[in-house]
Amino acid sequence: MWRTGTVVALHDETTTARTVTLEVPDWPGHLAGQHVDVRLTAPDGYSAVRSYSVASASNREKRIEITVERLPDGEVSPYLTQQVEVGDRLELRGPLGGWFVWRTEQTEPIQLIAGGSGLVPLMSMIRSRAAAGSGAPFRLLYSVREPGAVFYRDELRKRSENDRSLTLTYAYTRTTPKNWSRPPGRITVSLVADAAWPSKLVPTCYVCGPTPFVESAAGFLSACGNGSDKIRTERFGPTGGRK
Amino acid sequence: MSAQMNYLDGNAAAGELSKIFAIDVTAGEGQCAHCGTKKRFAEAHLYMQCPGVVVRCCVCEQVLLRLVNAHQRVFLEVRGMKYLSVKAA
Repeated sequence: MWRTGTVVALHDETTTARTVTLEVPDWPGHLAGQHVDVRLTAPDGYSAVRSYSVASASNREKRIEITVERLPDGEVSPYLTQQVEVGDRLELRGPLGGWFVWRTEQTEPIQLIAGGSGLVPLMSMIRSRAAAGSGAPFRLLYSVREPGAVFYRDELRKRSENDRSLTLTYAYTRTTPKNWSRPPGRITVSLVADAAWPSKLVPTCYVCGPTPFVESAAGFLSACGNGSDKIRTERFGPTGGRK
Repeated sequence: MSAQMNYLDGNAAAGELSKIFAIDVTAGEGQCAHCGTKKRFAEAHLYMQCPGVVVRCCVCEQVLLRLVNAHQRVFLEVRGMKYLSVKAA
C-alpha cells in the first residue's frame, strides 16, 4: 500500500514553504481535497509518517504536488522543505480521505476558508474547478499571517482576475499590505458574514487550518446560519508519535 | 492549548485505517454506541498522540474506535460504534 514517488521539481512558495512535485507511476488519480501520507525512514529503522494535502488539480497525470510548511521542531517538514532534492524517492500512501473533497459534478456555491497552509487542499479545489471548466461559484476567505506568507499569490490573483465566479478575500492576522482597509487580526463572525456566501444560498463550506482556527471559522459559519451538514472541516496540528 | 484542541478530524485517520480496510471508510456514516449520534466518520475527533489512533464522538467524546500498532501487528477495536455504513462500490 506504500507507493514510491520520485521528486521531479521543487519550488519555494514562501521562505518557509515549498512545493514538492512527485512523479508516481502507479498513481490512481485523486479528488480535490484529498491527502497523502508521507513516510520517512531513518537508517536505524525509525520512521515518521505525516499527512500532506495534495495541492495539484484532480487530473489523469501521474504527478502530484504537495506544499509543505516547515515546522520548527518538525520531524518530516524540515527534510521536505530544506533537504530533499530532485531525483530523491519518497514513500507515499494515498490518495486518502473521501469526505473533505470537492467533485467537479458539484454546482452549488462553494465557500472556502483557509488558515495559513490550510489553503493547500482548497487550492486543489480551485485548480480542479478551472481544469474541469466548472462554473461553480467559489469564494475563498484566506487568513494569513502577513503578505509574505501568502501561498500561490500570483496564481490566485490571475485566476480571480480572469474569472468573476472566483472571489478572494484576504484577512491578515499580523501585518497587512500598505493602505489595507482592515487592521490585522483574526477572522471574526462579521468578516465571515461579509465575505462568505449568504447561508440562504446553501453553500457547501470547506474549512482547513490549525485546529483552533477551524473551530472558530466553523463556529462563525454556523452562527451565520450554515447547517453543520454543509460545513466540512480538515484540521491539522501536531500529530506526533512513532508509526 | 487545551486537550480539546489537540484533535484532528476523522479524515486524517484514512491512512492508518487503510492498513485494515480496502476502501475508504472515513466518508461513511457511523452511529455512536454511547449517545446515538449519527455522523460521517470524517467528522469524528481524532487523537494521534499515541502508537496508533483514537477516534472519539464529536458530540459526547466517548471512544468510537481505537487502532494500535504494536508487536508487528495492527489491532482494531470498534465497540464504541453501533454501525458504520459506506457507499457500495
